Amino acid sequence: MKIFTFFWMVAVIIGSLYLAPEAAGFKSTSRVIFYHVPMSWVASLAFLVAAISGILYLRTKKLVYDIWAVSSVEIGFLFSILATITGSLWAKVEWGAFWNWDPRETSIVVLLMIYAAYFALRSALESREQKAQISAVYSILAFITVPFLVFVVPRILFTLHPQNPVFTTQAGKMMSPKIKLVFFSSMFGFTLFYYWLLRLRVNLERIKEKML
Amino acid sequence: MIRKSGFLYKSLYILQKDLHQEFRTRYAINAILLFAVTTLVVVSFSIGAAELSKNTLSSLLWIIIFFSAMTGLSHVFVREEEQQTADTLRLVASPSAIFVGKWLFNILLLLGLELILIPLYMVFMDMTVGNLSAFTLMIVLGSMGVSSVATIMAAIISRTSAKGALFAVLSFPVMLPVLILSIQGTALAIQGNSISAGMDEIQMLLLFIIVIVTASILLFEFVWIL
Repeated sequence: MKIFTFFWMVAVIIGSLYLAPEAAGFKSTSRVIFYHVPMSWVASLAFLVAAISGILYLRTKKLVYDIWAVSSVEIGFLFSILATITGSLWAKVEWGAFWNWDPRETSIVVLLMIYAAYFALRSALESREQKAQISAVYSILAFITVPFLVFVVPRILFTLHPQNPVFTTQAGKMMSPKIKLVFFSSMFGFTLFYYWLLRLRVNLERIKEKML
Repeated sequence: MIRKSGFLYKSLYILQKDLHQEFRTRYAINAILLFAVTTLVVVSFSIGAAELSKNTLSSLLWIIIFFSAMTGLSHVFVREEEQQTADTLRLVASPSAIFVGKWLFNILLLLGLELILIPLYMVFMDMTVGNLSAFTLMIVLGSMGVSSVATIMAAIISRTSAKGALFAVLSFPVMLPVLILSIQGTALAIQGNSISAGMDEIQMLLLFIIVIVTASILLFEFVWIL
C-alpha cells in the first residue's frame, strides 16, 4: 500500500503540472486546487475520524480508540496548517492579501483553535483514562458545533471562495474533464496518504504504550 | 406538581444549594461583577469620546460578557473539586440532574451580572437601544448559549490540572456560533429593528442551545464520573 500511495501521488503531482490545463481566468496558480482542496478535505476527515473514535471510546472504553483519535487529530492539525499556508499564499497572489477573513479562512482558524485546545486539554489531564475519556468528550462537543459554523459564518462575511466548485452543475462546467480527473485522483491520493500516516502513527503509539 | 424524587426536583435542589452557597460567600458574583466593571471602564476609557457604530457597540458588549463569563462560570464545578465536595454530590444526585442544576445557576449568574452591567454600559458608552424587547430577548438567549457551553467546559476543566488557563481556550471555538449570532442580533436590536427582523438569529440560537445542552447532558456523565 505504501508503494502504491507513493506512485499514485507522484502521478498526481506530474498530472497536476503537465496534464491538467490552466483554469479559465487564472494562470498557473489554479493548480493549487490539486493540493489545497485535498488538504482541507483530509483535515475535515481527520476531525470526523477523531470524533467517531471518541464515541467508540466512550462506548467501549478500549484505549486503542483513543490512540486512533489522538493520531487522527495530530495528522489533521498538520493538514490544516498546510491547507492554511497553501490557501494563504494563493490568496496573496490572486486576491492581493494573505488574509481576508473569508468564511472558509474563519472556519480553518476555528478548526486550528479546536485542535490546539485539544492538545492543551490532553496535556493538562493526568491519568491515561482521564486523558482518553475527557478529550473524547471535547472532540465530540467541538465536532457538533462545526455545522453551525458552516451555516452561521457565511451570513456575516462575504465569501471569495467558489461555492461547491465541483458538484454544482453551473460551476462544474468550468472544470474541464482533465482537471476533474487530476482533482479526484489527488483527493483519492491524499486520502490514501492520510490513511497510511494514520496507520503508521497508531502503530507507533501502540508500541510506545506497550513499552511503558 | 414536582415529584420529590423526580429529575426536575433534584436539579432545582442543586440550584438552590448553589444559590445558598453563593450568597454566603458571594465569591463568584464578586469576581465576575468586578471583572466586568473593570473591563467596561478599560474599554470606555480607551475609546474616549470616539463615535462608535451600532455594530461596534454590540461587539464590545459581547466581548465584555464573554470574558466575564470566562472568569466566573467555571466556579460551579471548580469549587466542588477544590472543597472536595464533588464525591458527596456524586452520591446525592444523578449526573444529568447535577448538570441541569449547575446550568441553571450559571444562567442566573450571567443574567444577574448583565442586569448591572448593561445599564452601566449604556451610560458609559452612550448607547441608546432602538428596540428594548428585541434587545432583551437577544441578551437572554445569547447568555443562555454562553452559559450552556461554559457549564460543560467548566465540568471538563475542573478535572484538569490547569483550571483557569484552559477555560477560555476550550470554550471559545465551541462558543463562536453563539457569539456571532448574538453580536449580529443585538446590533439589529440596537438599531431599532423588530424581533421578526432577527428571527433567523433567534431560531439559530435556540437550535444551538438545544443541541449543545442535549449533547452535554449525554456526555456529562463521562466527565463527571471517572
